[in-house]
Amino acid sequence: MNLNAEDFQAIALTLQLASVTTVLLLLLATPVAWWLAHTCSNWRAPVASLVALPLVLPPTVLGFYLLVALGPNGPIGQFTQWAGWGTLAFSFWGLVLGSVVYSLPFAVQPLVHAFEAMGPRPMEVAVTLRASKWDAFFTVAVPLAKPGFVMAAMLSFAHTVGEFGVVLMIGGNIPDKTRVVSTQIYGHVEAMEYSQAHGLAGVMLVFSFVVLLGLSWFSRRQKVSA
Amino acid sequence: MNLHLQLDMARTDFDVSVDVQLPAHGISVIYGPSGCGKTTLLRCVAGLEPSARGRVQVGHEVWQDDDPNGGKGVRLPTHQRAVGYVFQEASLLAHLDVAGNLAYGLQRSRNHVSDTVLQQAIELLGIGHLLKRRSHELSGGERQRVAIARALVTQPRLLLLDEPLAALDHARRQEVLPWLEKLRDDLNIPMLYVTHAVDEVARLADTLVVMNAGRIQANGPVSEVLTQAELPVMLGEDAGALLTGIVLHIDAQWHLAQVGFAGGALWVRDSGLHVGQTVRLRVLARDVSVTLHEATHTSIQNHVPCVVDAITPDAHPSQTVLRLRCGDTVLLARVTARGVHELGLHVGMPAWAQVKSVALVK
Repeated sequence: MNLNAEDFQAIALTLQLASVTTVLLLLLATPVAWWLAHTCSNWRAPVASLVALPLVLPPTVLGFYLLVALGPNGPIGQFTQWAGWGTLAFSFWGLVLGSVVYSLPFAVQPLVHAFEAMGPRPMEVAVTLRASKWDAFFTVAVPLAKPGFVMAAMLSFAHTVGEFGVVLMIGGNIPDKTRVVSTQIYGHVEAMEYSQAHGLAGVMLVFSFVVLLGLSWFSRRQKVSA
Repeated sequence: MNLHLQLDMARTDFDVSVDVQLPAHGISVIYGPSGCGKTTLLRCVAGLEPSARGRVQVGHEVWQDDDPNGGKGVRLPTHQRAVGYVFQEASLLAHLDVAGNLAYGLQRSRNHVSDTVLQQAIELLGIGHLLKRRSHELSGGERQRVAIARALVTQPRLLLLDEPLAALDHARRQEVLPWLEKLRDDLNIPMLYVTHAVDEVARLADTLVVMNAGRIQANGPVSEVLTQAELPVMLGEDAGALLTGIVLHIDAQWHLAQVGFAGGALWVRDSGLHVGQTVRLRVLARDVSVTLHEATHTSIQNHVPCVVDAITPDAHPSQTVLRLRCGDTVLLARVTARGVHELGLHVGMPAWAQVKSVALVK
């Protein structure tokens, strides 16, 4: 394997992006998943479909809309300029935003399943034992849904590492700023640097396999203990 | 000092609508067929049903008092109501062991004074040896005992038990029932106990509330309600009277004990009773027949003089339920309508109740 400095930069940036995205996603997905698992509202189906959209949309479509929204005339771009942050397109935080949207279903769905599998009873038990709703959420719902949180975190991280289309559309493939492993491989192949592409592609292959292996081992262990 | 429950709640099948005053001591059993709204009523008392409207008062504490005109009213969230709730199925928090489950409520109850409360509950329910176990390492009966102890350590003003034995097999029920009786006798906490099993009514109830299709059909002291006009018909084979009496005499040779009650005495199997002990007897209507004169030359040991108090047609046209008054006590007899006709029985007529079998319920 002959990885150069740029390759290592791309790997570091990818890990940074995936970590930040995973943390933000868990914070965002938890209330969304809780609402989806408990609501009887007519808005449930539309919101669930909206959250699942990134699963079926081509990443280029998602990337295109995000690019427009983040641009100087887009709603998000207008807001970020007003707030004094400039525009997010072709920046790290633009990539974070894109990754959060793109990986949202991978964080929300395991959490919805975990909350639904738990049922209403543990929360009812907790409130009859004098716990307020918030107290009960953190001391009963979160520990009981732990497998769901682990699953959500692993899937969000892996899926963010593996994204390509959205990154290319809103990131612009700028070295050290927005160039992640997947776009770096693309660059190597474009430049006919096959041996470098092999090195990075191999890293991705091993990483993805290990994550999936870990997930399957984890879910098996959960089943055995349950 | 009593409980006042006035609650209305719309459901898809029927509306639950109750207004009842209950004594603030002993066990009030809420009895009725499955799906009649018993559990819903209990959940409303605990504040687990957000759409329920009405009033819940426990002693001097008002937990809920909705303004019928849509004003603010009073509505304490569940965690501010001093209830203990025992759910129908095992509901231990799976991520905690038994000690953790007990501590969960103890840490959050208003006066988290004492280890004594915890020790009492552990001793009362006999779960000291289970503290380090997780929910899946307990039997069904043990889980329910832990759930009851967990409810007790929050020092509730009112204990709500929702068919706590329904998910258990016969042997496990027999294992938990004595603990419930102990609870009633040792603690001064009023309990609302939901069940559709008549044997639990007979064994545990001080007050009986009969529910059907969301309404309360009868309520009062258990022995009175059980012998009121309509209930025997509804209970079918389970219809019977409950008597409270005192052991008067032990016949050691034949292993029998004589139990005296207001209006007579009955011989029952001696299961280790002692003279002076208070016992509760259950006499099923199908085990009682009527004669005009005290029968002789019969194997039946129990004959009680009585007066016919009421004659009610039963569900099947061939059958009749007789209410027989023996002093201050009421017995029920299920006999054929033809038998009533042939004996010429009518209300106010003296007769003899022949009791073939008596069950000791505690």
